[in-house]
Amino acid sequence: MAINTIENTAKKLVLTVQDYSLFAWRAVSNIYHPPIYWSEFLIQSDIIGFGSLPIVILAGLATGSVLALQSAATLAAFGATAVTGQFVSLTMIRELGPVLTGIMVSGRNSSSMASELGSMVVTEQIDAMRALGVDPVRKLVTPRIYATICMLFFLTIVADACSILGGGLVTVFMNHQNGTQYFAMAWEHLRLPDIVQGLVKPLFYGYILSSIGCFYGMRTSGGTQGVGRSTIQAVVTSSVLILFVDFLLTQVLLTLFSGWM
Amino acid sequence: MDVNPAFEQHAQVAPPAAEAGAVLAFRNVSIAFDGPPVLEDISFAVPPGETRILLGEEIALMPEELLFPLRARIGMVFQEGALFDSLTVRDNVAYQLIQERVPDEEINRRVREALRFVELEETFALHPASLSGGMRRRVAIARALIGQPELLLYDSPTGGLDPVTSTTIIELIVKERDVLHTPALMVTHRLQDALMLCSHRFDPKTGRMVPLPKGETDPNTTFLMLEEGHLIFDGSLQELVSSKNPFVREFLQ
Repeated sequence: MAINTIENTAKKLVLTVQDYSLFAWRAVSNIYHPPIYWSEFLIQSDIIGFGSLPIVILAGLATGSVLALQSAATLAAFGATAVTGQFVSLTMIRELGPVLTGIMVSGRNSSSMASELGSMVVTEQIDAMRALGVDPVRKLVTPRIYATICMLFFLTIVADACSILGGGLVTVFMNHQNGTQYFAMAWEHLRLPDIVQGLVKPLFYGYILSSIGCFYGMRTSGGTQGVGRSTIQAVVTSSVLILFVDFLLTQVLLTLFSGWM
Repeated sequence: MDVNPAFEQHAQVAPPAAEAGAVLAFRNVSIAFDGPPVLEDISFAVPPGETRILLGEEIALMPEELLFPLRARIGMVFQEGALFDSLTVRDNVAYQLIQERVPDEEINRRVREALRFVELEETFALHPASLSGGMRRRVAIARALIGQPELLLYDSPTGGLDPVTSTTIIELIVKERDVLHTPALMVTHRLQDALMLCSHRFDPKTGRMVPLPKGETDPNTTFLMLEEGHLIFDGSLQELVSSKNPFVREFLQ
């Protein structure tokens, strides 16, 4: 009995991964054949990009400030308070900026994609779209995925900048250290591999959070309760995947850039 | 239009004479998803100008094959209307025309024409959320009609509506049948709707649905009945009423 349950769960998991892979591949490869819904891409870019700006700015400022606050005491023990700028900028640009932005946007947009598409599924709007001769994956999913990849890239840059600024404000006004030194250290110790690492990651996270959000939205069943379930699954899965892929990606990128460091 | 390739999965015989000139023909169709077949060896045709009513249990059939160009030639009215919440009534009705990049002036003209047909011209700029259930259904009919489809599919168009509103929807279907003559396939489990459709005609003078003389039925409205995936009845109202099939008898009672 228990073995049967494990077997069924495993089968279901493999089937879900297979469905997701086929779905995501179809959604991404739609860009190579017309029609391409550019207006939809722009609308989604506005919703995802501009709409997420406030939370990304706040998250960036807060994280940078906390990093500066926390590190100050530890670094002071070694007489190294001068490297606060380097510490904040490297941590944020290489790691926390992309991951935090990914998780924040996942909470905001992966959930909204899952609930919006899910509601459309349960009210037969997706079927109606098919019946009207329009491919819902091409019209709804493809623009969302590309808009998220594109916007998360820029949002990560904004988060990085805000966190360095937040760290700077704390360093100057609370830790009473030299601002010029903070910003000089933040800038001077940045190397190309650090920036490349920080900018490659959001491309992957954008893809993950949007494709997972749309995937769970499009396979919603069971009425309004199903929409709630899809939303939870989308946020949980995309957040966990972002963290897991971050680990793999960091390992790969560190190996790739090992000669540069 | 030959819709067969989409559905014909187990064709075994040559097309029968009944299919000549048919708008839609099912020929020995069997479809199964996970579990028992939902359709088993089904054959029937929808000739031009005819309205066929599919009675019996509700079945959900939405083939996943992406037949978008074919579907664009078919008008479909969904159970709950399935209007796009984020779009106005105008954009909902014009959805197909907007995809085809028809000029705005022509879209507005055709949308007004379609809305006039369903007597809802005043809802042009409204959002579906501000419409009642019956009005949403009528807008859905306008949306299905605007592309001048070669076939209309109604999926329980009166489901969940009160009797008075149901009658206005049936009146609209009768009007569509008698004015535009689009061949149609209607799935319903409400016998009273099917009987009304059969026993009424649209009077263009009064603009209303009127009953046919006693004993007369519309010759172009016929019935099909499914039971557990099998086609158990195909014929006129008189044949349906006099059928000896126990499932048909049970349904009629």
